[in-house]
Amino acid sequence: MEIPKSFLGYKRENGRAGTRNHVIILPVDDISNACAEAVANNIKGTIALPHSYGRLQFGADLELHFRTMIGTGCNPNVAAVIVIGIEPKWTKKIVDGIAKTGKPVEGFHIERTGDIGTTMKASKKAQEFVMWASEKQREECPLSDLWISVKCGESDTTSGLASNPTVGNLMDKLEPLGVHLCFGETSELTGAEKVCATRGATKEASDKFMKTWNAYNDFILKEATDDLSESQPTAGNIAGGLTTIEEKAFGNFQKIGNCKFIDVLEPAEEPTKGKGLYFMDTSSAAAECVTLQAAAGFNIHLFPTGQGNIVGNPIEPVIKLTANPLTVKSMGEHIDCDVSKILTREMNLSQGGDELIKTTLRVANGRLTCAEALGHKEFVMTKLYRSA
Amino acid sequence: MATDIIIHDKKDNVGVVVIEKITAKQDCSCWIMEDDSTVNIQSLDEIPLGHKIAMTDLNVGDTILKYGHDIGKVVKSAKKGEHVHVHNVKTKKW
Repeated sequence: MEIPKSFLGYKRENGRAGTRNHVIILPVDDISNACAEAVANNIKGTIALPHSYGRLQFGADLELHFRTMIGTGCNPNVAAVIVIGIEPKWTKKIVDGIAKTGKPVEGFHIERTGDIGTTMKASKKAQEFVMWASEKQREECPLSDLWISVKCGESDTTSGLASNPTVGNLMDKLEPLGVHLCFGETSELTGAEKVCATRGATKEASDKFMKTWNAYNDFILKEATDDLSESQPTAGNIAGGLTTIEEKAFGNFQKIGNCKFIDVLEPAEEPTKGKGLYFMDTSSAAAECVTLQAAAGFNIHLFPTGQGNIVGNPIEPVIKLTANPLTVKSMGEHIDCDVSKILTREMNLSQGGDELIKTTLRVANGRLTCAEALGHKEFVMTKLYRSA
Repeated sequence: MATDIIIHDKKDNVGVVVIEKITAKQDCSCWIMEDDSTVNIQSLDEIPLGHKIAMTDLNVGDTILKYGHDIGKVVKSAKKGEHVHVHNVKTKKW
């Protein structure tokens, strides 16, 4: 198949391109959710991103909070941002971070005004932003403007046999065309970690990966009360035939095809070494992982599933693919790309990869994903430890 | 003959059922992805889609190989053709 050289995206002030054109209402903290949701309810076409944190965090955990908030606002799928927090200082910090992209952003704090007054002021600005954004047109953008993140979920053995290798096939085909790629799931590489480390493009990248994996594994060994077999593999994984974390890891690892990763990113860290594949240190929980990848600037997501994970994200479209024919039959409304014919050998891996490229481009050009049509907007912050 | 079981790597001692289920005493066709070869096996258990079958006799302490890699250890022996899962295989990690 000849791969198209471009897609229709929204060009942003900083040179990036978006596959979506969202105006978001971003609460800095948990207690500002109500106001943010009131604004989104007032002004049609905006979307609030409520979450559970943002108070009394400190150290690396607070840095990650800011990185996730600012990164989400900076994502090219976002046209403009309203930031609402309880206090002015942290609100301003997030506004200033997002403003560096050149996109419209304005912050409001609730203290000394209250929810109702803040909702009124923020709604007026949100209306202005959404009407401005509604005039943005899709334009032809080079394929290299796609930043593709991947994460699998509710995996089973069909994931390792077909849907994950299909993603790997797409990576092998698109990596030479200059796209950015990102995989994560530190804990779910357990068992395959040494093989994964050999896929670093440089010794530095390999060493950084092993250091990251070791730190995660030490944390798990410290906190675990048993062998984690209640969590990894999950009950859904086991129902689908996966027996051990090692088996899950080798299946998971199929997603990167033959690509080599050029750097290891902190959670929600924007890649800075140019085109190519990156590994990000993330949880393996679906919504947490996709939220971090979106905050790092990835603008389209591929999500292979076995038993049928249904996750979505408010700003980054999440494309589901599966090779499990039972999942296609029973949960078809969640599946954007069906590659189950790989198991019956009516389709080979390369044909599966081509199908996924076609689906990815249709979604990049504006076709809604199943998760978007069904209203999945899971926005889940990663928290590293208890607040002060 | 349609493929009933897929095996990732020639070295693997388990295969994955890729039809809705195989029944006990079913003659199954297995496709090995690595070299595109085919082998046959008779199942001893009913095994559902996505679950694994022992391609050789497995003894306690043996290593299970899938993708050509170590994915765990046998904790209860299984005969060639039997169902391989959490009841007879455990992780070597954690």
